[in-house]
This record gives sequence, structure tokens and C-alpha cells, in this order.
Amino acid sequence: MALSDSLVAMTQTTPPPADPPAADSTGTRILVELEDVNKHFGSFQALTDINLTIPERQVAIVLGPSGSGKSTLCRTINRLETIDPGGTIRIDGRPLPEEGKALARLRADVGMVFQSFNLFAHKSILENVTLGPIKVKGVKKAQAEKDAMELLERVGVAQQARKMPAQLSGGQQQRVAIARALAMKPKVLLFDEPTSALDPEMVQEVLDVMVQLAREGMTMVVVTHEMGFARKAGDRVLFMDEGKVLEDTDPESFFTRPQHPRAKDFLGKILTH
Amino acid sequence: MNGFLELFAEYDIIGAFWMNIRLTILAAIGSFVLGTVLAVFRISPVGSLRAIGTSYVNVVRNTPLTIIMVLGVLAVWGQLKITFSSDFALNFFIYAVIALSIYHAAFVCEAIRSGVNTVPQGQAEAARAIGLSFLPAARVVVLPQALRGAITPLGNTLIALTKNTTVAAAASVAEASGLMKTMIEFNPDLMVSIFLTIAIGFCIIVIPMGLLTTWLSDKLAVAR
Repeated sequence: MALSDSLVAMTQTTPPPADPPAADSTGTRILVELEDVNKHFGSFQALTDINLTIPERQVAIVLGPSGSGKSTLCRTINRLETIDPGGTIRIDGRPLPEEGKALARLRADVGMVFQSFNLFAHKSILENVTLGPIKVKGVKKAQAEKDAMELLERVGVAQQARKMPAQLSGGQQQRVAIARALAMKPKVLLFDEPTSALDPEMVQEVLDVMVQLAREGMTMVVVTHEMGFARKAGDRVLFMDEGKVLEDTDPESFFTRPQHPRAKDFLGKILTH
Repeated sequence: MNGFLELFAEYDIIGAFWMNIRLTILAAIGSFVLGTVLAVFRISPVGSLRAIGTSYVNVVRNTPLTIIMVLGVLAVWGQLKITFSSDFALNFFIYAVIALSIYHAAFVCEAIRSGVNTVPQGQAEAARAIGLSFLPAARVVVLPQALRGAITPLGNTLIALTKNTTVAAAASVAEASGLMKTMIEFNPDLMVSIFLTIAIGFCIIVIPMGLLTTWLSDKLAVAR
């Protein structure tokens, strides 16, 4: 039962926050909260009036046509994109700070997996995973390497630990990127089209890791085009178009009974073959 | 030809070149440190720092080196009476190193900034996403890659710096080009041989730098 050694169990040893965590009416802890979030790029409005809460352990799948704002939404959650004044984003009850050290600290709680992997090109696989714990959390090098090797083992790339990123396949690089994000013991993991840059035969190995994470209760926001993954691992589907969330429902309802005409149209285009 | 060989006994030609080399080494270190700081200013998220970096580069890059050198000697030493050493020669040597460092820092800054442009945006985003703030992200992730991408322009700057050490003659530093002038003045019949000697001397210093730059830029290139 190797899989029962939970990836999440070893990553969720973060002590509880000093402030009482935000909770909804049923007492579930709210990890991500977006309130009146708008985002303009010049005169183009990328996000319009986004109000959203994501409770602990939820896997939220963000779907939508390209240019619908789903990547932007994902990137605003750890402030890689700033939002227009007036909106608020809270992580585990705390508003995202403007800039500087406080923002860096909060970002450490929000893991991010990018479409293009973005492994540090001049660092070995092992160094990619240990860099955050050592530089941000002050973990001792030996301990960080031990933890990193365990994570790399679990995502199946421990054999490659001494190699450089360019020597790995895309699928392996993306699994390393997931291990790098997990090494920070994040409260939430954001995935920005994690399989879109992969060759088809490598998509599954990355999705397998993500499904395992979802099963273990990791809170995840996943921007993806993988409908199979959305059905299998998702708790919730957010359908976006033109910067607005048009549907917010469970995957089964979304795929079988889409309500909004744009959602019907979108599903019609991707599910016909 | 007799007179030519005697020049080597009469004048310390090797010593004069050694002065150019010392100026090069110290000014290379000085301009590299200052240039890196300026490059960090120019890519920083703080607008006022960016403005300082940009202004420095635009002012210094467009000022002739001789003017900076002479400004140091006439204004800072001559008028403000600031001395770094009671030893006359050492004092002007320090002036020359500072002037060379100030001038070449502008070029080093731009070379590093061109290196920063070779680092994909995603590298900085990934660094920020794991919780590194600007300075650690720059130091650990962006600059190491940028420097590898900037080796060729940095090598060009180093070569230019080596040749520009001759301007230190304007600050009364006894270096090779100043010696050449003296030697020609007293041995006008040997003018061509003297000129060629100094020119070949610079080739011997500078050509290996170019070869080293090319070799390093291949060797240290970041595989993506």
C-alpha cells in the first residue's frame, strides 16, 4: 500500500494560523476567497465581478474557451497578476498583501504549477525542489534534501534527482514542478493548464499525480482542458467566458445538463468526437 | 635595430603594461559590482530605483571617458582636494580605477540587462510563486541565468575596458600608452617600432580575452 503513504499527509503539517480561519456557515474552512475581483489589461477587461469561495479539500476545475480569463483568474490568486482596486482576495482568511515580504510569505502557502513547467533551468532537479524550503522556510539543507527525495519518489522521478531540467521529458518536468510546489507544504495548489504543453503520451502520468493529490484531500484550483480529469477528480466546475464565471456547479451536472448557452456551445465543440 | 632593443632596458615597458593590467582587473571588479547593482535597480519593481538606474546609464554612457577622468583630477582632486593616498602615484591610480569603474558600470549594467532578457518570464514567476521576494528571486534565480546569457556582451565590455585603461594617462598614471608617447618623443626615429610594440602588447592581452569569452559563453549556456 505505497499509495496510502499520503502525499498530502506529509505536506500538511503546517501549524494552524494565528488568526481564526475563515469558515462558511457549515463550519468548513474557506481557503480561497475572491470578492468583487475585476482585472483590466489596458482597456480590455479580463475578469468581471468574480465572487468565489473555495473551501478546504475542494478540487475546483476552471473550464472555458481560450481568452475567457481562466488563466488570469488562477494567476490572481497568488497575485502573479494584480487586480483592479476595490476587489479583495483572501487566502485562509488573510487578504493578499500589496507587495514585499508579506506577499512572499503568503505566496509560499499557495503552490503553483505552470503550463510551461518553469523549472529553474540552471538548478538540478533536487535543487529545484529544495530551493524554496531552504531559502524561504529556512529548512536545513540535509532535511530539505531528504524531504525532496521523498516527494520526488512519490511523483516517480527520484531517479532523475541529479539531472538538469532540460534532460527530462515534459511529463517528468511537470511532475518535478508539482513536487517543487508540494515541498512548500502549501494550503492550496493552483494548476494553470498543467498538461497543455505536454506531448499526448505524457499527459496521463501528470494527471495521475494530480488525481492522487485530489484523493488525498489537497485543495486545488485547476485550469484545464482535460474533461476526463474534471469528471474524475473535480468537486466543482467553474465555467468561464469573457471574464465572467457563467456556471458554477458540480462536474456531473455541468457535463450532462449545462445551463448557459455558452457552456452548451463549448461542450458541443469539445465533446462531439 | 640596436636602438630598439635598448628601449627595453631604458624604459619599463613590461611595468607599464602591468599597470594597464592592474587598472583592468580592479576596474573590472568595480564596474561589475556597480553595474550589477544598477542592473538590479533597472529591473526592480520600485519605480524610483528604475529611474536612478536609467538616468545613471544614460548620463554616464554618453559622457566621454576622458571627461570623467579629467573631471576626477581637476574637480575632485584639484578643487575639492579629496585624496585617497599621500602617495602621489597611488592617489591617481585610485582616481583612474574609480573613473574607469564608474564609466564601464553603465555598460556592464546594460550587458546584464540584455542577459536578463534571455531569462524567460516564467523563471521569475516560478521563483515568486514559491515565496521568494524580489531580491532573493533576482539573486538565486534570475541573475545567475542572466549572467550566463550576458557573457558575450560582458566580454566585449571587458575588452573595451582594457583598451580604455590608456585614458588613465590623462590622470598621470604611468601606463603603456603614456610610455609610448614618452618613448616616441625621445626616439622619433624608432616611432613605428615603438608603436607596433605597444600595439602588439595590447593584442597579447586582449585576444585571449575574446577567445575566453567565446569559450565561456558556449560552456556556461543554460540548456532550456
